[in-house]
Amino acid sequence: MIESALIYGLVNSLVILLTALGFSLVFGLSGIANLAHGGLYIIAGYLTWILLKRLDLPLVVSIVLAILVVATCGALLYRGVIRPIKGTTWSEVVSTYGILVCIVEFFRWRGFITYEFSLPPFLKGGIEILGVSLDYQRLCVVIIGALLLLALFLFSHHMRLGLALRAMAQDELTALSVGIEPNWTATVSMALGGALAAIAAVTLLPMGLITVNLGYDILVIALAVSVLGGLESLVGLALASLLLGYAQILVSTFVGSHWMEIVYLVAIIGVLIFKPSGILGKFKELEERV
Amino acid sequence: MQPYRKERLDRGAKVRTEDIYALASLRDLVYALGPRALAVIALLIAPFLEPLIGVYWMKVLLITLVVSLLAVSWDVLAVAGLPSLGQALFFGVGGYMTGYLNHQFGWPPGVCIPIATVAGAALCTALLTPVLRLRGIYFGLITLALPLVFSRLIEATKILGGTEGLSGLDPLPNFTLELYLGIAAVLFFAFAYRRLIESDYGMVLQGINANDRVVLASGISLTKFKVEAVFLAALPGTLGGALLTHHYQFVGMPAFAMEYSLLPLASAVVGGTGTLVGPVLGAFILTPLSEVLRSFGTLRMVVYAIILVVFAVGVPEGLLRFLQRKYHQFQRVVPVEEVAWSDGSGADLADRRTA
Repeated sequence: MIESALIYGLVNSLVILLTALGFSLVFGLSGIANLAHGGLYIIAGYLTWILLKRLDLPLVVSIVLAILVVATCGALLYRGVIRPIKGTTWSEVVSTYGILVCIVEFFRWRGFITYEFSLPPFLKGGIEILGVSLDYQRLCVVIIGALLLLALFLFSHHMRLGLALRAMAQDELTALSVGIEPNWTATVSMALGGALAAIAAVTLLPMGLITVNLGYDILVIALAVSVLGGLESLVGLALASLLLGYAQILVSTFVGSHWMEIVYLVAIIGVLIFKPSGILGKFKELEERV
Repeated sequence: MQPYRKERLDRGAKVRTEDIYALASLRDLVYALGPRALAVIALLIAPFLEPLIGVYWMKVLLITLVVSLLAVSWDVLAVAGLPSLGQALFFGVGGYMTGYLNHQFGWPPGVCIPIATVAGAALCTALLTPVLRLRGIYFGLITLALPLVFSRLIEATKILGGTEGLSGLDPLPNFTLELYLGIAAVLFFAFAYRRLIESDYGMVLQGINANDRVVLASGISLTKFKVEAVFLAALPGTLGGALLTHHYQFVGMPAFAMEYSLLPLASAVVGGTGTLVGPVLGAFILTPLSEVLRSFGTLRMVVYAIILVVFAVGVPEGLLRFLQRKYHQFQRVVPVEEVAWSDGSGADLADRRTA
């Protein structure tokens, strides 16, 4: 019972982490609230499905192609839509939201809503850990989530490009004065966000069906994690995911699985009331939140 | 090649009618008041056109009025720097509240609607108050999440009729009354809020949007003003929800549907944000369009979303401001004069003036 809660809580936490990573990273690194994140996520899911089932490509090739295409979509989204209106909050929010609705409703219109849409897991079968049976896909989620977090941490703290992105987020004027190009960094971070959304999609979708409403649900999760963890730290993001993941498992065990959705909302509102900068948020406090 | 540029100049009539002198001639008076009088009269006589255009389009008119109310509500929030992505929240709360009062206590719509409007707005304000400490996008994201969570909650816990909803509610006495209630509400909220935004009170709201730290430094409580703005904005939204609920005699999970979030938002952006009357114009363009596209299923949502993005990125001023400009100003092409560099003494300026 306890072992099962511990292990599935961890899996759930990493599911949440993967879901939120792309959104949170783009927001933290370039200050763009990319509401189209959910749209990119389902594009990745359906694209992989089409490449796999319709064009009969191998799984690995489809996944790599999907990640590349969605990353390009992210970059194009910045170049085409966000750049002309950057700085006007409501336009950014409204137009990326428009893109999200456009993508989700397009798939709904084309009839991508039946039960045939599901991706195969990376590996079939499962193992037993501490007497709890766990399938390989959930194990993959944990491993990929942890590896991505580590890779992103190294990228943003030890590589020139990552440091440039963080510099831009922390102090735009100073970053400009040392020669960091704002449009380039924003494009890179949007592409990165797209790639992360695609990775999350191909890793998480084998555990269920691909449904169009995921486009909206993903966004709510990403928001909860971002608000809870504070926007600028990966550690905060990981902590928030763990907190939400275990809270959800507790709620579904003791209260009922219907109420799992409410955990997000309660978490957001609780944090906003008691510590509006998030668990670990510091320097964005004044600027973003007044 | 001689370079040219476009020049815009105010029309004579506009300059004359900006002041009390508009009263001097009937022509100027018509110029100044004509457009809005025409719009108001068109709205007021619309319910009489039923024999001409049929009951179906009358129902579309009612939906259009409700969307207009939601769009005005969006615009008030946007003026205060709070872009909402979930107008369906106001719609749904208003609808469910009047539905519950009517269903549970059997109160007539005449009592339920006002109560649901005010109490619903208060409830929405209470729900959104925690978020108001933050700026911009957090508000939008929470408003996006709330209707989704509400419909999930109703589905899961089966409160308020669950997935079945509450049906068999009392209708208003007749359809014309519903239409006139809607028309009166749209006219009242659009023009009253337009006036409010231009008052000193509205200046504070605009200031919060433009630079909240300056407002804070002036010793004004941001939270107080934002809470009031949300309450004021919620009023037309909940009223719209309550009206349409009694028209359908049903309220259920569709009240929190995406459509009631997207359509007002698109209307406000197409019509022109911050003008309060523009969103009504936008609603009167987009809602009938939505009825025409109804047979295409969710493709129409794609169409709105594209219209929304095109206007938000390409025509941020919106249709109303564009039309106003065409009405008040004319445009001509003039050659660009060569500008001489000044040495700062002002002598060259003097030369040109005498020349």
